[in-house]
Amino acid sequence: MSDTQTASTAPASTAQAIVLDKVNKWFGALHVLRDVTMNVGLGERVVVCGPSGSGKSTMIRCINRLETHQEGRIVVDGTELTDDLRALDTIRREVGMVFQSFNLFPHLTILENLTLAPIWVRKMPKAEAEELAMDYLKRVKIPEQAKKYPGQLSGGQQQRVAIARALCMRPKIMLFDEPTSALDPEMIKEVLDVMIELAESGMTMVCVTHEMGFARQVADRVVFMDQGEIVESGKPVEMFENPQTDRLKLFLSQILRGH
Amino acid sequence: MSGTSVRAPSATREQPPILVAGPLAWLRNNLFNSWWSTAVTLALIYLVAKGLLGFVDWGIVHAVWSVPADAKGQLDPQLCRDAKGVGACWAVIGDKWRFILFGRYPYADQWRPAICVALFIGLFIVSAMRRFWRKELAYIWIVTLVIIGVLMWGGVFGLEYVPQDTWGGLPMTLILATFGLALAFPLAVFVALGRRATTMPAVRWLCIVYVELIRGVPLISVLFMASVMFPLFMPVGLNPDKLLRAQLGIILFGAAYLAEVIRGGLQALPKGQYEAADALGLNYWQKTGQIILPQALRLVIPPMVNTFIGSFKDTSLVLIIGIFDLMTTGKVALAEPIWQGYSTEVYLVLALIYFIFCFSMSRYSRGLEIEFGRSVRR
Repeated sequence: MSDTQTASTAPASTAQAIVLDKVNKWFGALHVLRDVTMNVGLGERVVVCGPSGSGKSTMIRCINRLETHQEGRIVVDGTELTDDLRALDTIRREVGMVFQSFNLFPHLTILENLTLAPIWVRKMPKAEAEELAMDYLKRVKIPEQAKKYPGQLSGGQQQRVAIARALCMRPKIMLFDEPTSALDPEMIKEVLDVMIELAESGMTMVCVTHEMGFARQVADRVVFMDQGEIVESGKPVEMFENPQTDRLKLFLSQILRGH
Repeated sequence: MSGTSVRAPSATREQPPILVAGPLAWLRNNLFNSWWSTAVTLALIYLVAKGLLGFVDWGIVHAVWSVPADAKGQLDPQLCRDAKGVGACWAVIGDKWRFILFGRYPYADQWRPAICVALFIGLFIVSAMRRFWRKELAYIWIVTLVIIGVLMWGGVFGLEYVPQDTWGGLPMTLILATFGLALAFPLAVFVALGRRATTMPAVRWLCIVYVELIRGVPLISVLFMASVMFPLFMPVGLNPDKLLRAQLGIILFGAAYLAEVIRGGLQALPKGQYEAADALGLNYWQKTGQIILPQALRLVIPPMVNTFIGSFKDTSLVLIIGIFDLMTTGKVALAEPIWQGYSTEVYLVLALIYFIFCFSMSRYSRGLEIEFGRSVRR
């Protein structure tokens, strides 16, 4: 465990949206998550960063159980993640996820991509789902693409559709797994703008990203992971200006050089 | 190289170089661009022309189209005997075509299987058109198949009852192929999904054993098993008829192969598609029906049609268990004493019928691929 673990300094006044308590996970013999403990309050915005292979994506994927953890507890929105399928259903309705590679459904139009889950999972009437979808497409500023297929859109547009698709389920928590890493530089901003607007609306967000400008602007807290454990966490300004550990110093110097 | 002169924009560089102009240039470039190529081209032209001319000579010029009948109405094949080796004897087709197409179905009632063939073809055409891909299509199928059943069996609406063991020919082939594929397909989808059901090891193993067992034996042995061995295990008095047993054999056999093709499509889908569907909260069947299968099946249209065409032709193997499909009726027609020795003519016609069906399937799948490709990857 790291000596500088300060995860519990999150605003304790609000209810906890996500609780990770000594979570451990192995891929075969590889120990990918080591005693990860982290709380995310309702409305809190957390940015997770760290070198590749540090376990940050695995951790975020454990939160909606795309990966299963082997030890420890994960509680999302008051429901503990177990093998119970009903608990899983509940959690996946409340947690939206945006992937690095968009993962839009290529055989459906943009509008169908957005209405699919509301219609099938929330049992929403089709007309209502389409209205909702158009609202969100307007929010991500591409309502005119509704009838097109994902393959006809640029990467930035596809990622904005993916965000709108997740939002159509009206989730309480949004997870972002490196949402801008697969994008060309000129498209990163349009996606970040949507995410900033979402953050300002009060959404609980956990975001794996290396966009330090984004972290500075919207994050309540930055969590730095390395080799499967949380090494340091705190307010973005403190973390970036005054890193406590050598590992964070090294990481910051590397990504700053890269940018 | 001197670097002192800047190349002036010349008019000749404005246009892409003209490489090919007109069919003559194409011929020169592709068929006669060297002495070796010219020699091969000329040799092939000679062979093709000789083959074609020979066929025209045999099949049309020297062909015997009909033979006279004697006073008792008995056909006299002497003309064909004389032309043997020189010209085709199409008279055999003229005499036996109704038997080849409809088998031993009562002669006066053969309009009934003829309508059935037309209904089958109509059903295929309607099912092939995407604008009919709705729920109603299932009703169209059920209604059409019921009409076909009524026409073939009869016994109602003043139609005379025709026992099933007199059915034969093209309707029989279409029945075996249509039911074979229509029922093998859904079975194959479930088996393919079952083989990937990691959370249900029993289902998974059942599917693996089924596929590997069926793939491990030839269709002939499955048909033999269905027709000879299966009744031995059934209680006395309960003996489903031969056609039904053969049909079951064809379905089980086709489904095993089709399942492997579909499994290939399931495996080719990126993992992200499964994860995105999971993350949205879709349950297994919603995910499978809305996201996974529509994409996976599109990916495997070409190999799937390949399997379909294979199964269609494989139905001809029911010949060995004595079911009168198109192949069997052709063979039986040739067994008649006066027509012995004219198998080339009969088999050419059979081949043509099989070819029309298989080639249509192949063209259709090509069109489908292009259409799907257009909507997905533009």
